[in-house]
Amino acid sequence: MAHGLSQERIVLMIATGLFILFSVTLNGFLSADNLLSLVQNVSILGILGVGMAIAIIGRGIDLSILSTMPVSVAWLLNLINGGMPIWAALLCALALVVVIGAINGFLIAYVEIPAIFATLAMGIVVYGFGKAYLAPIDAVYITRTDAWFYSIGSGRVLGVPTPVIVFALVAAAAYLFLRYAKLGRFIYGMGDNPLTARITGIPVRPMMLVQYIIISVIALIAGIVMATALSGINTRLALSTMVYDVILVVVLGGIGLSGGKGGIRNVVVGTLLIGILLNGMTIMNLTYTVQSILKSTILLLAIVADTLLNPRDEQTAQHGDI
Amino acid sequence: MAASETWTRWRYRYVPDKLVGEILAKNWIDTLIPVVILSGVLTFFSVQMPGFLGGSNLTDIAQIYGEYLIIIVGITFVMMAGGIDLTVGSVFALCNLAALLLINSMEINLAIGIPAIMLLGGLVGLINGVLIGYLGMRAFLTTLVMLIIVRAIVDKGLLDYGQTISRGFNASSAWEFMAIGSVFGVPSSLVVAAAIVLVGHVVLTRMRFGWHVTAVGGSRRSAYNAGIRVKRTICLTYVLSGLLTGLAATFYAARLSSAGTDVGKGLEVTMLTAAVLGGISLGGGRGSIVKAMLGALIILLVQNSLIRMGLTSGTSSLVLGGLLLLAVAIDVRWVKNRHKVLARAYVSPTYFKLPPLPETAADSGSDYALNDKLRGVEAIGLGELDGPEDVIFDREDNLYCGSRHGDIIRFFAPDHTRWEVFAHIGGHPLGLAFDGEGNLHTCVGGMGLYKITPEREVIKLSDETNRSLLSVVDDSRLRLADDLDIAPDGRIFFSEATVRYEMYDWMVDALEGRGNGRIICYDPRSKSSRTVLPNLQLPNGICVEREGQSILFAETWGCRITRWFFDGPRKGETEIVVANLPGYPDNINRASDGTYWCALCGMRSPVFDLALRMPSFRKRMVQKVGRDDWLYPNMNTGCVIKFDAQGNILDVLWDLGGEAHPMITSIREHKGFLYLGGIYNNRVGKYRIPGADPNWTSFDDYWGPSA
Repeated sequence: MAHGLSQERIVLMIATGLFILFSVTLNGFLSADNLLSLVQNVSILGILGVGMAIAIIGRGIDLSILSTMPVSVAWLLNLINGGMPIWAALLCALALVVVIGAINGFLIAYVEIPAIFATLAMGIVVYGFGKAYLAPIDAVYITRTDAWFYSIGSGRVLGVPTPVIVFALVAAAAYLFLRYAKLGRFIYGMGDNPLTARITGIPVRPMMLVQYIIISVIALIAGIVMATALSGINTRLALSTMVYDVILVVVLGGIGLSGGKGGIRNVVVGTLLIGILLNGMTIMNLTYTVQSILKSTILLLAIVADTLLNPRDEQTAQHGDI
Repeated sequence: MAASETWTRWRYRYVPDKLVGEILAKNWIDTLIPVVILSGVLTFFSVQMPGFLGGSNLTDIAQIYGEYLIIIVGITFVMMAGGIDLTVGSVFALCNLAALLLINSMEINLAIGIPAIMLLGGLVGLINGVLIGYLGMRAFLTTLVMLIIVRAIVDKGLLDYGQTISRGFNASSAWEFMAIGSVFGVPSSLVVAAAIVLVGHVVLTRMRFGWHVTAVGGSRRSAYNAGIRVKRTICLTYVLSGLLTGLAATFYAARLSSAGTDVGKGLEVTMLTAAVLGGISLGGGRGSIVKAMLGALIILLVQNSLIRMGLTSGTSSLVLGGLLLLAVAIDVRWVKNRHKVLARAYVSPTYFKLPPLPETAADSGSDYALNDKLRGVEAIGLGELDGPEDVIFDREDNLYCGSRHGDIIRFFAPDHTRWEVFAHIGGHPLGLAFDGEGNLHTCVGGMGLYKITPEREVIKLSDETNRSLLSVVDDSRLRLADDLDIAPDGRIFFSEATVRYEMYDWMVDALEGRGNGRIICYDPRSKSSRTVLPNLQLPNGICVEREGQSILFAETWGCRITRWFFDGPRKGETEIVVANLPGYPDNINRASDGTYWCALCGMRSPVFDLALRMPSFRKRMVQKVGRDDWLYPNMNTGCVIKFDAQGNILDVLWDLGGEAHPMITSIREHKGFLYLGGIYNNRVGKYRIPGADPNWTSFDDYWGPSA
């Protein structure tokens, strides 16, 4: 990715181009309100994208985050609405997502189920479990608007909406983690070639466990931002195709699906592009179904491009890696 | 003998430990897992719900089962080729929509409508196939994205045509038959599904395309190297899956006429769970249509029961997701550890006690006392040969030997320096024998009994024998035909070393101490083989005695040489000739003075002899220690002995340095010289026998001097 024209730069240029195009052609695109909602919507996608990026860099993927997020946050809100102190409820939700992440990691690292498969099934299990035991009603609303908790998603600091600040903080933390922490560097090694990483002495299996726990926690953060920004959360989000938007962000940003490549900058760039695109399509008044056809087709093209740019390495691709 | 040892002997004689491993090694053992799960599911729900298998319920289930079966046959093909198809849920919805539109609303003839709908499904399959097969994209993610694209298109279609569809109604009798018709009480969809299942099974197991699919899934690279068009094969499996999903959707459309947004939602996960539950491995190569049928039945019963038990949608998806994870976990662990489980369970040692080891020290005065007679023997084909297990001469003094590459090599008389490949058979040609007409017969390890005419035509004589009634292992196939000899009447007696191990694992057989081998007789008149002496401890060398009524055979792990009468007054009797050899006997051949030569391919050691009396020790060793660290019989040094018909040891030839002939598997006397072969050696040795008849040839001894 050290070449002059990396995918990251191309995407950035396309994003800028689209931004200029939409500003000129679409009425109301450049308005302050619209830009605010754009940034706000995109922040949640971006936070989830950071988590997904950590998974994909380590040659995994996590399709369960879009179940973990609504289920854990719905439970959190139910607990708060039921009168539990916010910090205690937060601890409960944290414990829940850590357990979910640990199960994901265990299935992938120790049972050796392919990540995409394990997390797909876990998504179903988590949604089912949440629906049956934690949040029987689809939509859960915030009833007590305690100042500090509510302002996580809907406040402003120096005029900047808090979701953006949270995104920035998560991105910065993930950047530092991937760049400077030993574990972060090892995740690149693991994604590049898991077998070599293992032979070199990197504790690949425990690391995967930690990796998926981190991703789950990031999903919880995204969920809290979302719930506080929109005053509630709907568990049916788990049945939506939003997880593909997250993958789209990451893959479009230039993080190869074969692992070991890319970083947080790619997520930021990908988030910008998708944000502008989604916002533009909404302003153009495209129906929801047309939007999803367009989005998913772009995702398909993106992974075609990813396949052509980063051909799978037959030497390190494991048998049964589907 | 200590009481505990007696107990050990009886315990290992009468408890058939070996059956566990043999059953585990069977291919159908994989199918046992879904069968067990199915019976568990049936029992559980029968207890939970009275009337679980009631009549009305069964018809409902049968109709849906038919649709599931049609879809899962396609999925099976995709998964067997190493892929996965998650688009089925959306393709199902798309084709359902198309069916309602074409047949219900536009009332198109079914003969045109159904193929058109199937083609629509096939088209989506083709896109999948091109992306995954030809572009090499990841199956899982690609079909997942295709799933949401097609789903979005379906949603769009529902918006645009929902009104039209709800008004349509096709009253044709064929359409009604598809909806509610039945043949002898079996719903139409199930009848069609049965036909498709049958065809699918035949294609997958008996036809070229199915074999290609299995090969690609088993090992993509090997399939490519074997010349299979991997990309096309993969692409076709997705097309097939799309076509069949289209057909299933047509039945669904006929049955329910429903165009809701929920049609086919989650079907992909259901089908995937069914396939994996049935035992079709992720990653390909392992599975069958029968397994898919079982898996679909399990999932259908579970789904149906959950609904009837009135569980919430949350609990249902919890159960289904959990079931999916469990099935995949079992599959992944089983595929990964199957061979390990098998390796641990398969080796089944028994008790075997050898008499005290004879002395071999140089100054001991023993029959087997060490000497250095084989030092510095001449070498033939040094460095050019690879594994000449046996050596033989024709009437013109040309030398023949086998090679590890599956060739018969011929060295030209008189000096045996020039050579050529006489014939290529394959496998590893081991024992050699000539008949009176000059046809060379050979036992080929891994293949069977072969004959090569002087015109170099290779003819397979036999690769099977009669199947024993109670054997779990298929012992009709010849795994390791070893040595042979030809009786005056033309019958060929040959040994098969072991029925429990393949060629390259023959040494593991030593750890069992059980008679796993046998002697087989091939009769050229009936052109068939029959086992004549079963349960021998690695029977190896065979030599027909001069009277033409008996053979001498060596049991390598039994360390003895036995005589068996196949003709004459003592027909059927056996007697031990040499009971307690100091090593492991291999080939036996005639000597010029009316006696016999025998090669000992390895020497016994007190430690291994002791281990043979301790089966549980060997079992522990196999289970706890890596294969390379197992205690094996010593095969690093050997010797040649000469014995007479009464079993007296007359001579012994050693190579003390162990440089030229560390392991001798065969000896052949010819015109005053003794020729030495070794299965792991790179030469044929030539030893001058002091005082031997310089004109004696084995060929003449068997078939009389040439005219």
